Amino acid sequence: MHYLRSVVTIALKDLRSEFRSKESINASLSFAMVVLLLLSFAFDPSAEQVRDFSGGLLWLVFAFASTLILNRSFARELGNDCLDALLASPLPSSALFLGKCAANWVLLMGLELACLPVFGIFYNITWWTQFPGLLLVIACATWSLTIIGTMFSALTVNLRLRELMLPILVYPMMIPALLGAIQLTTDLMAGKPIAADNELWLRLLIGFDIIFTALSTALVDTVLVG
Amino acid sequence: MREKLLYAVALIAGILLARNLYVILLKLPDEARQDAIWRIFTFHLPAAIASGSGFFLALVFSGAYLAWRNLKWDALAASITEVSFALAIVTLVTGSIWARIIWGVWWAWDPRLTSYFICLLIYAGYLMLRRVIDEPTTRARLSAVLSIFGFVDLIVVWKSIEWWKTLHPGPVLSIRTGGGRIDPNMESAAWWNVLAFVMLAILLVAMRMRQEETRREIDALRRVVHTV
Repeated sequence: MHYLRSVVTIALKDLRSEFRSKESINASLSFAMVVLLLLSFAFDPSAEQVRDFSGGLLWLVFAFASTLILNRSFARELGNDCLDALLASPLPSSALFLGKCAANWVLLMGLELACLPVFGIFYNITWWTQFPGLLLVIACATWSLTIIGTMFSALTVNLRLRELMLPILVYPMMIPALLGAIQLTTDLMAGKPIAADNELWLRLLIGFDIIFTALSTALVDTVLVG
Repeated sequence: MREKLLYAVALIAGILLARNLYVILLKLPDEARQDAIWRIFTFHLPAAIASGSGFFLALVFSGAYLAWRNLKWDALAASITEVSFALAIVTLVTGSIWARIIWGVWWAWDPRLTSYFICLLIYAGYLMLRRVIDEPTTRARLSAVLSIFGFVDLIVVWKSIEWWKTLHPGPVLSIRTGGGRIDPNMESAAWWNVLAFVMLAILLVAMRMRQEETRREIDALRRVVHTV
């Protein structure tokens, strides 16, 4: 109970400071829009083609924009030695980590749900026909991005060249989750529900979430404290 | 003693490689469907086996470092990863040359190839991470964690790609298929080369370890000079 309260406290603290400054959320939202715009130059979007790779487009945008939020997650605690203070507090490192993950997950979900209608308008896609399924896929895949991104944000927080190292480490790690998310999103946007043939990918996403949540909470103390 | 052991390993690896080259290039005939290019398989497979087991050993020694915090384990994990990385590049390049002749393209986004490429990217990240951290214990700690993450991720990648259709030839070795998919002489040539590659890998790791030890000694001496 106490542990859970610590997690919630950290999450609320992060969300509050983000909503006051709006630094990451503004940057990542505008960056997502820029990528959405740039993708329209990469190919001539006819409706049929776009439907075939809508999942890929969308998750590329989400993956790129998410690093802007995830990168700041631990880095924002560096000023005034806040990270040291947090680590010196009675809070377990894993609670600190999970709290940060929860805050990042909320921010990323907000970003993605804001991007969806814009994507639908720009590329003329009816994305809402399988909305509950889509929401489930986005929630699971966002947790995958969050857990990997936050863990590596913790790992690189004290490095010089932090901004350079994070994308190099994070994107290859995210590939299984992105693969599943892309497959499922493309199907759902084409109006195909989650059924026996693509359920495998949902299982992959959930498995990925469980494995890496467990691994990260076990190892985060080693990363942050030593 | 260690010096002599190293020379012995080098000698055995050299003799084995020379013997294998002789057998593969001069004694064994061309394959019925693939002609001469099948020979590249006898380098592709050993490099893949040696690098794959190397990455696994790196995971084990990274875990050992986290458990006992002895920098020796870290040096071992790092050396093994470097050598395995080089062998993984050999695997990818030999595979690519084979694909050019048999499939007609240098590269296909086939799951097996893709996952191997992801493997290279992950361990390239590991080697880069080591370069940007100066403090030895922090470097050891963070790269050990990354090594564990990387290996677990690779297992998931491996599983997820199995669900795709693959162009890559299926298993041919008798231990996987029960025999019959490959000529016994060709198979034994591949196995002899596995032995040669493993010896070569051990030699390279041992040499890399010595470099690492010397570097640590220099670091320590530099610190002494600074305090004086």
